[in-house]
Amino acid sequence: MSARPHVIRFLIPIAAFVLLGIVFALGVKHSPDVGVIKSPLIGKQAPAWSLPVLDGTGQTFGSKDLRGQWYVLNVWGTWCEPCHEEHPELLAIARQASVPIIGIDWNDDDAEANDFLVKQGNPYKIVTTDHDGHVAIDWGVYGTPETFLVDPSGTVVFKTIGPMTPQVWQKDFLSRLPPQLLEHPS
Amino acid sequence: MLPELGQFALILAMLLAFLQAVFGIAGPALKRDRWIAATVPAVAGQFVMMATAVGCLVASFVNFDFSVRYVAENSNSALPLFYRVTALWGAHEGSMLLWTLILACWTVAVAFCTTRLPKQFSARVLGVLGFISFGFLLFTLITSNPFLRLEPPAPDGIDLNPLLQDPGLASHPPVLYTGYVGLAVAFAFACAAMLEGRTDPVWARWTRPWAIGAWAFLTCGITLGSWWSYYTLGWGGYWAWDPVENASFMPWLVGTALIHSLAVTEKRGLFKSWTLLLALVGFSLSLIGTFLVRSGVLVSVHSFAADPSRGNAILVFLCIAIGCALALYAWRAPALKSSGGFELTSRESFLLFNNILLVIAAATVFAGTIAPLIAGAVGVGALSVGAPYFRPTFLLPMLPLLALLSIGIHANWKRGRLSASRRALLVTLGLACAVALAVVTGVYAGRHFLAVVGLVLGAWIILSSAVDPIDRVRRKLTLSRGVLGMTLAHVGLGIAVIALSVVEPYTVERDIALANGQSANVGGYDFRLIGTRDVDGPNYSATRAEVIVSRNGRTITTLYPEKREYWVRQQEGTKAGIKNEYGTDLFVALGDDLGAGRWSMRAQIRPMITFLWLGPVLMALGGFCALTDRRYRLGRSTAEALEPLAAGAKERAA
Repeated sequence: MSARPHVIRFLIPIAAFVLLGIVFALGVKHSPDVGVIKSPLIGKQAPAWSLPVLDGTGQTFGSKDLRGQWYVLNVWGTWCEPCHEEHPELLAIARQASVPIIGIDWNDDDAEANDFLVKQGNPYKIVTTDHDGHVAIDWGVYGTPETFLVDPSGTVVFKTIGPMTPQVWQKDFLSRLPPQLLEHPS
Repeated sequence: MLPELGQFALILAMLLAFLQAVFGIAGPALKRDRWIAATVPAVAGQFVMMATAVGCLVASFVNFDFSVRYVAENSNSALPLFYRVTALWGAHEGSMLLWTLILACWTVAVAFCTTRLPKQFSARVLGVLGFISFGFLLFTLITSNPFLRLEPPAPDGIDLNPLLQDPGLASHPPVLYTGYVGLAVAFAFACAAMLEGRTDPVWARWTRPWAIGAWAFLTCGITLGSWWSYYTLGWGGYWAWDPVENASFMPWLVGTALIHSLAVTEKRGLFKSWTLLLALVGFSLSLIGTFLVRSGVLVSVHSFAADPSRGNAILVFLCIAIGCALALYAWRAPALKSSGGFELTSRESFLLFNNILLVIAAATVFAGTIAPLIAGAVGVGALSVGAPYFRPTFLLPMLPLLALLSIGIHANWKRGRLSASRRALLVTLGLACAVALAVVTGVYAGRHFLAVVGLVLGAWIILSSAVDPIDRVRRKLTLSRGVLGMTLAHVGLGIAVIALSVVEPYTVERDIALANGQSANVGGYDFRLIGTRDVDGPNYSATRAEVIVSRNGRTITTLYPEKREYWVRQQEGTKAGIKNEYGTDLFVALGDDLGAGRWSMRAQIRPMITFLWLGPVLMALGGFCALTDRRYRLGRSTAEALEPLAAGAKERAA
């Protein structure tokens, strides 16, 4: 009789491992699609930020001005090749949906950025400039372009890394937006 | 042609690994001598095939064969030769290949060094290693084949990740993997002992040098990684409790527990089932680490390429390997009885405390690492666990561990007579306190409680470790390599603890913005920006700043921090300007051009940081030194190895 608890003791490791295996299996099942790296920010308050506006007026713009509305935040730079690639898609989105796209021009030259937007078209409601990269660090940006979706309470709802595509926009952004924002009012 | 040859070699290696597993495990079980004899040739064949496969991929890199997808994704025509070779482990597929090659190397070493062990036992060890190798090769071939071709071939490659274009990183993965994979040898020895149903602790002696070797490599690998992130990531951090870092740290903690517990099992025949379990858990944590890193279930700054489709495959293999081992343990371990007791203040009980505290530390790190995963699985939502959790929970078991080390090192086996070493204990503690107070009040301003505690503990460890060797030398007794190695490792630990206690509270860090000719004072040093100019590297262009650092008007050095733009990936990289002055790092990383000739910069003064690397290097050296101890020499026959155990048994019987 007394031998029993003794034997059970040696079953503890494997029992613990079985539990762990279940957690891992669930983890794999819930893990994001290939290529999508979850941001630790998702489901959390977006970092508070405020940056100079690109127009050169010296005004600043930031999270305070965006309270109470949905917005798409796009981090880009003229030096970034994939950003050029996604530019037409951003222009298309700006035409179709009424959710504003806010740009953070990261580590960039203001003159070049203005030049680029004049030539290629400007999908952004406001473009702010992050010269020293501090705001981008707060947002956990480590490769441009990165695009965030933020809800009226200031919570980050979604993030994608790499060029915006119609598929990503349809599947991951539109599906999370309330219906009234899908069509452009005009 | 070469990639196809490589893939063919890889398939053959997998088949040979399978044969090695079957011959090695089934041979002894079915008592087929021919099967047992066939294990070693299978090992040799597998090694040759692995080397061929790796050679083919390296050749494709060196010859710019951009028709191979892996080469196109991780190389470029402008990439220097050195990085074209190290690009082999620049991403997932090649890393797996390197992993299996290193396993093949360890296996060959085991086959070579165990010729004097009982044939059945060594066959079983090789069989278990063959099984692990088979699993990984199957995984590599099915989900991560590095030899896939591109149709049509890429005109040029998209370059190696700039972060990886650094000598520190080039050496980090091979060394780290050597440690990781080395734990597989201890795992295989433990499995072989259980398969055989051995109840004697001889296997502990056979396993010990392998465990120490793996541990020493793991120590080097972790240190290299930490050093690399310190000076290339540009933010001057050396440890971030990132999942990937934790994945290497947990096996290290358990491995440290294992080498101590093996000592008890070898010397005294105690803790048998516990030591077995540690050997299993050490490698299991390596596997789990691989799973966490490669499957993308955890978010990490290091997951350069995460792919959940691979997660399932690793998970299946993980469950089979660890599940079988633990089932074997549940079956065999109850038969292991420890004979002989020990007193509370004997060396055994101090090593027991060491094991408990190290395992608690590993468990807290593990809990923090997988907490986000559990939260996700039960649907609580996103959870991120960082330094605010890890630091206090890790310190909790570590502080008593360090204190007990300084006491326990004076204790004797079996019978504790600490009163005999009371004088040594008190003298070393007194000296340590004096050193700590002198440092805190004299050298660095500001009194931090934890810094004092850390300094006392670190100094106490160094002084205590030196007592026994000095005593032996004075009495003209021989100092065995084992004792010397242990002393080195403990002194290394003490140095690391002291360095950590100083670096953490006394680092001065400031973000400064300077125009040409301006200077800023950071921690008593003046940083003056002389100017910036553009320079070109082999595959990047950079802005290089010239910063003169002076103290009290005396120029100390000129630093040249760089901000690099790698052409192909259009990715930025930083190269910090670092000058080491008596162990203190003066560090400047170049930030951004603020316009009008002004640059943002991050300046840091990190005192004693050099010793943070030196400590672990000493620890690893201690491990390698202990390996060369006479007891583990090849020539020693099994009978000789059994001698002290027999003596121990007699002693117990008496």
